[in-house]
Amino acid sequence: MAALHDLTAHEAHKLLWRGEITSLELTQAVLDRIVEIDNEIKAYLTLTPEAALERAREADTLLAAKRRDGEEPSPLLGVPMAVKDVICTEGIETTCGSKILEGFIPPYSATVVERLTEAGAIILGKTNTDEFAMGSSTENSGFFTTHNPWDTSRVPGGSSGGSAAAVASGEALFALGTDTGGSVRQPASLCGVAGLKPTYGRVSRYGLVAFASSLDQIGPLTRDVTDCALVLGVIAGHDPRDSTSLDLPIPNYREALLPDIKGLRIGVPEEYFVEGVEPQVAEVVRAAIDLLADLGAKMVEVSLPHTEYALPSYYLIAPAEASANLARYDGVKYGLSCSEASDIWEDYRRTREAGFGPEVKRRIMLGAYALSAGYYDAYYLKAQKVRTLIKEDFDQAFSKCDVLVGPTSPTVAFKIGERVEDPLQMYLSDIFTLSQPLAGIPGISIPCGFAGGLPVGLQIIGPALGEETVLRVAYAYEQATEWHKMRPQL
Amino acid sequence: MEYEPVIGIEVHAQLLTKSKMFCGCNTDYMGAPPNTHVCPVCLGMPGVLPVINRKAVEYTIVTGLALNCQVPEATKWDRKNYHYPDLPKGYQISQYDLPLTRDGCLEIDFDGERKRIDIRRVHLEEDTAKLFHEEGYALVDFNRSGVPLLEIVSEPDLRSIEEVRQYVTKLRTILRYLGVSSGDMEKGAMRFEVNISLRPRGGEEYGTRVEIKNLNSFRAVLNSLKYEIERQKEILQSGGKIKQETMGWDGVRGVTVPQRSKEYAHDYRYFPEPDLPPLELKRKWIGSIKARLPELPDAKRERFIQEYGLSEYDAGILVADKEVADLFEGYVKVYPKGKSVVNWMSRELFPLLNEGRVTLEEFRSKWPPDYVHELLDSYDRGWITQSTASQVVTVITIGGDDRSPRCIIEEETLAQISDEERLGAIIEGVIEENPKPVADYLGGKEGALRYLVGQVMRATKGKANPGLVNELLIKNLKEMAQNM
Ligand SMILES: [Zn+2]
Repeated sequence: MAALHDLTAHEAHKLLWRGEITSLELTQAVLDRIVEIDNEIKAYLTLTPEAALERAREADTLLAAKRRDGEEPSPLLGVPMAVKDVICTEGIETTCGSKILEGFIPPYSATVVERLTEAGAIILGKTNTDEFAMGSSTENSGFFTTHNPWDTSRVPGGSSGGSAAAVASGEALFALGTDTGGSVRQPASLCGVAGLKPTYGRVSRYGLVAFASSLDQIGPLTRDVTDCALVLGVIAGHDPRDSTSLDLPIPNYREALLPDIKGLRIGVPEEYFVEGVEPQVAEVVRAAIDLLADLGAKMVEVSLPHTEYALPSYYLIAPAEASANLARYDGVKYGLSCSEASDIWEDYRRTREAGFGPEVKRRIMLGAYALSAGYYDAYYLKAQKVRTLIKEDFDQAFSKCDVLVGPTSPTVAFKIGERVEDPLQMYLSDIFTLSQPLAGIPGISIPCGFAGGLPVGLQIIGPALGEETVLRVAYAYEQATEWHKMRPQL
Repeated sequence: MEYEPVIGIEVHAQLLTKSKMFCGCNTDYMGAPPNTHVCPVCLGMPGVLPVINRKAVEYTIVTGLALNCQVPEATKWDRKNYHYPDLPKGYQISQYDLPLTRDGCLEIDFDGERKRIDIRRVHLEEDTAKLFHEEGYALVDFNRSGVPLLEIVSEPDLRSIEEVRQYVTKLRTILRYLGVSSGDMEKGAMRFEVNISLRPRGGEEYGTRVEIKNLNSFRAVLNSLKYEIERQKEILQSGGKIKQETMGWDGVRGVTVPQRSKEYAHDYRYFPEPDLPPLELKRKWIGSIKARLPELPDAKRERFIQEYGLSEYDAGILVADKEVADLFEGYVKVYPKGKSVVNWMSRELFPLLNEGRVTLEEFRSKWPPDYVHELLDSYDRGWITQSTASQVVTVITIGGDDRSPRCIIEEETLAQISDEERLGAIIEGVIEENPKPVADYLGGKEGALRYLVGQVMRATKGKANPGLVNELLIKNLKEMAQNM
């Protein structure tokens, strides 16, 4: 048997249900693993070991009762997990990776946290993130950078880099991340785990500290596709507290996991294999696509002509929304407060100057500029028009195929510090993951091989509410390969 | 040169919904300790989301319809961005280019004529928190934060202080008729912003306008405008230029004061609120709201004139307050003499209300329609005098006597003396005791009669029927003249 901390959630569930292990053992094993390696990885911002062990004991009691009554428990009962620190957890510090929220303990939990807790999952702690989820490497964290478990001199990707690294290194069986422009899929790709960004509105955003409200979506980071399906099944669904959440029935995602994809039409957008994609990455992804064809899928050539405008459009819309979303951090009500000055305007300036990092400031400025009188039409409005065109690209493509495939990220994990001075280069690491949030559609990244010893991710994109097909293709690929079983040597 | 003021008004009215606009907090925060009607949503905590209050939307549409506005097929919400401690999110959720209703009008009566004031829009937004400025610091009470706030924006169609008075008064009456706002200015439920410029009378072009913000009463609106008109006139007459600026009103000193520009952003950077999807306004829904529109003051006034034979003036007084109008209708149903009821209400009820000696609710509970019927019937039949009727009102309303008017009249023998024999005896006595006025009257001084009537009334402690006294006195005096 694999080490307890290396189990998937569904494997752990089987053992827990059979009584072969207890949740307490499992949770303790993962906590031990964290103690052992987190100095090196730095995945966590906050740990809650006592609460986790307490919850594990409760889970064991419940498991025993269910076993006695022959009642099938939730598949996540007693399974230890991590939560990205932009998601509110009642009674647990939630900083968003920002100094400005240091010490902030929310008196409420996000809906996803409530649902996972209800399902019996055990929260181990809060994972590192680029400040307010703005970044692709966790280097923008206000506290420290997380290291890639496959090569600790490299970044884990971001912004959900803490969650991806935790899952990849055995510091959590699964984790929650958030994806605004690739922040679940890109770190999943760079850390060699599965990461799903659901359809906009599929998962409630209540309690997710907003970066760009029209793009943000919470998604699972897991060790395989089955776990993605399990976690999505728990967190998906309508929430009356989020007016943008969809009031639609939740499919049984696990039942969608059929290894057979014969006849499914898979589109390969030419725009996803352009200059800038590392040749080795392109090669690995091409091989993965060939395998899908071997499995019986019908390959279709498609085009997403507006792909090149996704980046400028994203970097106007997301910062515009962020500029408003981050206005509330003013030192008056919670978090950092630098109020020595004689007037409120000076207090605001000092607090925000000290509390926000450079990337956050950059985006607030960008966003405020894009919305200002005289520039609104040329920037924000135009970006919204481009967003519509990008949506239409996908509509066109999905009239010809069931899913789209391509690389998740143009490169493997890059060196820590390599792109810090060059924000544009940093932004480019998300070029293939920006258009799906703009279109509100789902996408998954799954491990599909290695380039220079570092994981490469295959991205599978579906139409709105097409999670079942996305998961099915991912599962079929996973069943035919061993990549998801690879673990970094630590 | 003679100048004409050009005035536009924004009226903000808190809506009477049970809960706030985007959360479940109770809006009834008056008198509650600070920051007790709050939750993560109205405190603008990280990660929380707004959920629109359907009732607030409905109230806004009702108001728009009552003001003859158009309701579009869809509406949306926008973020109005500015930093201020009364705004916990750093932006206010408001409506920018797709208000819930737009392009309406309100007719006011001015100088006996009707004048139409165009209304640009009626939209919905959230109220801010309340700041308490202390020496060297300020305190914030978020109880008010997120209360639904109606904004009614007029075109600059008002041309005088009196028109403004008519406009705001009528608007308030309508809001109260609709039951959407208390319009209670003392509690801050209704607030105003005005914009004013001057131009040569008869001119076409608008002058440079000044905005006056944070006006909390009709008096503040009218006085600040009066002041501002004079101020601008003086500047223009001395050849100066008006500076476009935002002012506040210092009610104590009676002057307008320029506001610090930081408190009012020059650019609110509006953009669509991504947390709230656009709202489709289905025609069926709008239709059902329209069908439930209550009778409005103008229509009610016309009906009162037609149905109860009231004068325009009397009807106008009654409909100015829906509760008063309703009270009147309750009475007139049981005692169908409209004029009699309205006269009685004007004489008895209104002074008591104005002096604050009774509230309308108290009066209503003490004066059920059958009591009013008994009292007015007794009076109109001449069984009691006006002063007796007044006494009965006082006894019941202020004295708390719960006997019916008829019971009081009978038990206290307040009924008028209409017995000619009894009165005849008293009158003879008065004539005997007052030879001088009698002689005066007989000598042609008609005014002396009033004195003699008064004497009879005094002798009967006011219980004599004055008409009858008049009649009998004249008869007696005439007889005396013939016998002389
Ligand atoms: Zn609230």
